Amino acid sequence: MIYKLRHYFGLHRQNAIDAFDDIIQKPLASMLTIAVIGIALALPAALNLLVQNGRSVADSFDGIRDFSVYLKPSASLADADKLAESLRLRSSIETVKIISADEALKDFQEGSGFSEALSALGTNPLPHTLVVRPTEAADAGKLTTLADELSAKTNVDQVRIDTDWVKRLNAILDLLRRSVTIAGVLLIAAVIIIVGNTIRLDIQSRRDEIEVLKLLGASDGFVRRPFLYVGVWYGLVGGLFGIVLLVISALILAEPIERLTGLYQASFALQGLNFTSIGAILLGGFLSGWVGAWSAVSRHIASIQPS
Amino acid sequence: MIRFDHMTKRYEGGRDALRNISFEVPKGELVFLTGPSGAGKSTLLKLLACIERPTRGQVFVNDRNIGRLPNRQIPRYRQQVGLVFQDNKLLQDRSAFDNVALPLIIAGMHQREVGRRVRAALDQVGLLKKEKSPPRTLSLGEQQRVGIARAVVSRPGLLVADEPTGNLDPELSLDIMRLFKRFNDIGVTMVIATHDLNLLNQLGGKRLVLKDGEIDEHTLPEFKR
Repeated sequence: MIYKLRHYFGLHRQNAIDAFDDIIQKPLASMLTIAVIGIALALPAALNLLVQNGRSVADSFDGIRDFSVYLKPSASLADADKLAESLRLRSSIETVKIISADEALKDFQEGSGFSEALSALGTNPLPHTLVVRPTEAADAGKLTTLADELSAKTNVDQVRIDTDWVKRLNAILDLLRRSVTIAGVLLIAAVIIIVGNTIRLDIQSRRDEIEVLKLLGASDGFVRRPFLYVGVWYGLVGGLFGIVLLVISALILAEPIERLTGLYQASFALQGLNFTSIGAILLGGFLSGWVGAWSAVSRHIASIQPS
Repeated sequence: MIRFDHMTKRYEGGRDALRNISFEVPKGELVFLTGPSGAGKSTLLKLLACIERPTRGQVFVNDRNIGRLPNRQIPRYRQQVGLVFQDNKLLQDRSAFDNVALPLIIAGMHQREVGRRVRAALDQVGLLKKEKSPPRTLSLGEQQRVGIARAVVSRPGLLVADEPTGNLDPELSLDIMRLFKRFNDIGVTMVIATHDLNLLNQLGGKRLVLKDGEIDEHTLPEFKR
């Protein structure tokens, strides 16, 4: 029994080695196949990384719950103070900061480069603003109620919850994540088809050999095995190539990303390939190579019979 | 060993390649299957190799009805029959050694035993020194001998050869036939198809003559059942 088992694994090892030799024997054709597989596997992995990174950006803003209350231009600074005082008394609100129209104008003049246009206006078009930070205990429902209540006040023109854009980002990321799933499924299907087609051509070019093997008493399983190994090697080596592509892309992107996050003063580090994604790419390559090879051998090997 | 029982083989298109064939070959016999081309020699050999199935009647080998063998069992059956072809059907990208080793590897024999058996078979056909040569570097006669080594390496009870000397000159042909005789002497049942009557006259042996898909009964009463 143990002898038989060892013999069986010995045969498989030999098949695996022979299959690898086969791929090396025709480097150009093999490299093209491997490159296509690598790209097809790297694309969904890259998109997935993009979404993951986007998510971590979105998460880092999750703590922000501030909203801005823009007063009507007719409201005076005293009105603003009064409103701020009344808000500070509430238990659900942590701080209220007043940005007066003058301060806002000054900031805007400094930051926007519109200073000349603004001074040409003569009057200050900006309203007084309150920046309200609720306590952490306040949930989304309470915040919305608070915002609605504030917009109803006579002096208030508009309330803008600053987390709106984070929600939008999250929605976009959700959309992207599903798109990645779809792209992943399609590209894996592409890998299966590519491997299947390569193996099919391989089988056709070795038709005579397969016939001879069958004349000598080889079962379909015996004839199939080497082709399955070739498929698995294509998938695995293609996967490795895909990982190399991703590492190179990450290196190229690292510097501009650092600059960008610097501009947003965000403490954001690019999440590179972790072991899970490397494992997923290799497993994806392995499985799609195997399935592709299987689809080819199951259709073509049984039909080749000596005549 | 071999028994054909009212066997008819009709190919698609309606032509009877063999018609109502009945004969029996005892174990250890050497039979030359002969007759003009198109008489059905190849078809008869294909039936023995389970490449074709009878349309009517039965074919028995070792008391097994091979005409009704399930597809799954064909590989195992073929492992027990040595086949030699006119064009030798060696795999050109492998050495003589690897070609001869194929039937043993297919049968799942252990590596060490394979090496021993392959060298013994190559030695028997006088090509032990050329074990590493790829077939195309060998002469036609040598290639055919490699083919024979491949057919006998798994020690089959039955060896079937289709025009094994068809591509060889008379002297080499005689060599090859003598080689077959040696294996026959150690008990291998053989059916060898050839239309080379000169060769047969030099060799003697029993003959089964086919003519237009039927056995010519005058030539061979002893196989008649």
